Amino acid sequence: MTATVTTTVTSTSDIERTPEIASADIVTGRGALERIWETAPGIIGFFSSVDHKEIGKRYIVTAFAFLIAGGIEAMVMRVQLARPNAHVLTPEQYNQLFSTHGITMIFLYALPVLSGFSNFLWPLMFGSRDMAFPRLNALSYWVFIAAGLFIYAGFAIGAGPNDGWFNYVPLASLPYNPGMNMDFYALGMIFLGVSTSVGAANFVVTVMRTRAPGMSIDRLPIMAWGTLTASVANLLVVPAVSLAFFMLWLDRQFNTHFFDVANNGQPLLWQHLFWFFGHPWVYAIVLPAMAMVSEGLPTFCRRPLVGFNLVALSTVATMLLGFGVWVHHMFATGLPNLPLAVFSGASIIITIPSAVAVFAWVATIWLGRPVITTAFLFFASMIGLFVIGGVSGFMTASVPVDWQLTDTYFIVAHIHYVLIGINVFPVCGGIYYWFPKMTGRMMNERLGRWNFWVMFIGFNLCFLPMHWTGLRGMPRRVYTYADGMGWDTLNLITSIGGFVFAAGVFLLVINVLHSLRHGRIAGANPWGAATLEWSVPSPPPPYNFAVIPQVASRNPLWEDHLPPDGPARSVIREGLVLDHGKETIGTTPLDAVPNIILKMPADSLSPFILTIGMAAFFVGLLVHLWWLAAVGAFVMLVALLIWLWPERELAERAEIAP
Amino acid sequence: MSDAILIPEEMPRLPVGPTARRGVGWWGVWCLVMTESALFVYLLFSYYYSAVQFDAGWLPHGHAPSMRLALPDTIVLLLSSLAMWFGDRGVRRGSRVQNVAGIGIAIILGAIFVAVQLLEWSGKDFTPRSGEYGSLYYTITGFHLAHVIAGLVVLLVVLVWSALGYFNPRRSAPVLIASVYWHFVDVVWLFVFATFYLSPYAMW
Repeated sequence: MTATVTTTVTSTSDIERTPEIASADIVTGRGALERIWETAPGIIGFFSSVDHKEIGKRYIVTAFAFLIAGGIEAMVMRVQLARPNAHVLTPEQYNQLFSTHGITMIFLYALPVLSGFSNFLWPLMFGSRDMAFPRLNALSYWVFIAAGLFIYAGFAIGAGPNDGWFNYVPLASLPYNPGMNMDFYALGMIFLGVSTSVGAANFVVTVMRTRAPGMSIDRLPIMAWGTLTASVANLLVVPAVSLAFFMLWLDRQFNTHFFDVANNGQPLLWQHLFWFFGHPWVYAIVLPAMAMVSEGLPTFCRRPLVGFNLVALSTVATMLLGFGVWVHHMFATGLPNLPLAVFSGASIIITIPSAVAVFAWVATIWLGRPVITTAFLFFASMIGLFVIGGVSGFMTASVPVDWQLTDTYFIVAHIHYVLIGINVFPVCGGIYYWFPKMTGRMMNERLGRWNFWVMFIGFNLCFLPMHWTGLRGMPRRVYTYADGMGWDTLNLITSIGGFVFAAGVFLLVINVLHSLRHGRIAGANPWGAATLEWSVPSPPPPYNFAVIPQVASRNPLWEDHLPPDGPARSVIREGLVLDHGKETIGTTPLDAVPNIILKMPADSLSPFILTIGMAAFFVGLLVHLWWLAAVGAFVMLVALLIWLWPERELAERAEIAP
Repeated sequence: MSDAILIPEEMPRLPVGPTARRGVGWWGVWCLVMTESALFVYLLFSYYYSAVQFDAGWLPHGHAPSMRLALPDTIVLLLSSLAMWFGDRGVRRGSRVQNVAGIGIAIILGAIFVAVQLLEWSGKDFTPRSGEYGSLYYTITGFHLAHVIAGLVVLLVVLVWSALGYFNPRRSAPVLIASVYWHFVDVVWLFVFATFYLSPYAMW
């Protein structure tokens, strides 16, 4: 160990080296890592930052902004539907509201918020200094917000998507939908697909190659399994929906014939492509959230997750089976009996792996010593909501039942129990749980209890009656309904519940804003949790770890209280220093043996500029300004060249012989 | 499983920065190949989903398209992959000449592929608007062509970097990454070719 300050300039003969191992205190004392990793302040720093913690927080905040927008859309709809024959909204306005509501929640909130948590947490959980591709990470955020604004631009000018979030042809085709509504949606979704795909690739490579030494595959935190599964799935299925939207755009704008029957087109092709993506997508937006519950519940039950291996395996199994059930969204399209039976069977079987986690959570609470905090309440209550949503899904897996209930409010009840129950409630729990790590402050527990109960009561008041509303035959996606159908009271209760739920969400926002300023200062590990992110200060320094930890078990911070996993113990305060510039350790995929020192890129504007070029490209396509699209493509090319040009700092160029 | 905790005295020398297959770029390009392969699976699925609903009358003139241009074009693309492999071997052997020559020949052959493909398009008597087959044919071959053109841009950039002397046997990741992408483009073409030019014989 040397006592001199390490320089940050990479020497030209630094082709290989034996990385230094030192204690965290000595390294922190040197002060070099702070200088190497900090983002410049000001506007350039804002647009060029590649810090995963920054990007993760931006994702979460932006996703919440979209959540609130989607919630307001829902509130306006509930005003319209609170009583029969209302005329608060015209049919066209209602169509745009419910479509934009669905698109916002499913695409602009549900996955991005989980990406945000994973982005912030993964390097900290893995003992690493950043994601595998920091600039790609920044790109995935910029493209997300740009695509979201692209879609909302249509809504803002009264040309919002108006055919539902799964906009079936031929209603979405030009003869029936001549405005620009569907074009905003189609091109916007292709644009958004870029963000999802590059984000997924980043997660896959990060978990495979950038874990701390000793974090073998069986020692991965459960959150890695949830997001990894979702990411692999996204890489495989996002092209299906992007292609479907591209074909739709071509049919609409260039008179091709993918979907129109008169020219041998296949309307059902749209549904197959869409749902082959769509079903794995709904697992992609719940499996990482379930993993967050699996991370948080053990902390508040003061014991490791029961059945960890089974939960990890069932996560993967659920997604695998999830590729084989998409036709259950198409039971009422007139398909022959054989596929109906096959997909019905698969949709019933999938309840088995997806329920493993439920039993694991219940067992963890039962066998643990629970501490009731707001985070715990959100994590525990979602179990019940999951079961209700799962049961309504299981019911409609049966074809005859689905033939009665499809396109009724029963389905609306189902989707909201699974989406709010298995995504929103865990996310709220995640906010209370990880807010201290992200900001250095605790959230207010008293306000948190109010937040939870108002949300919980409001949610159930709103959506539980919808099961009855659907069983009584009220179709979904109708802008109003006749009185005397037996739906009046149910709709009124639902609308009231919706507003109560909204008030609960409002309390969450208040708590966040209040706690940012006045929250009690949190230390590194206020909850006494087990995983590596709780071993660094709150909020973490820009470099995450002064030295890369060495991991010997699945719960490194609980090793004093648990039976040992092997002969060694985790070592947090001593490890690889890696301060010859921005560096982190690359390890083998299965056993996490160090095999390369990864040079990490500096902050860069090229992801942002690439996004601007991409936005110009898509705007050009939308309005048929081909020169604009060409300019956009050219800007993208230049940004990519700047981004990828081999840099000496990143050891990407051959060293010049002295 | 592993109790590999680091012992300072036994710490080996580790490579600094990307080396061929150990860097993260190698994994990244495979993720790209995975997702783009999925795209072509869905494109070809769209073809077969439609084809099984009709008889041979669905095809233009009721028979499989002529291979007069497509088969030589396939050979050109295969040779181009071979050239790229040759260039990649060159950089790993430390021969800048072989490196540059291999990539250069791959680019030329790739450009010939594009030209022949466009020639074939101009000779067709149907358009993307002619019916569903036309829409599928031009979209699928068009997507492939776009990937070839993107690949040519990538190869050109890597050629410039090679000529500038950026690479040596230890620092050659971009060449390997580019060649993975180029081989992928070639393999995709084999499936596209088999679908449009060969499968009609098996189906009808």
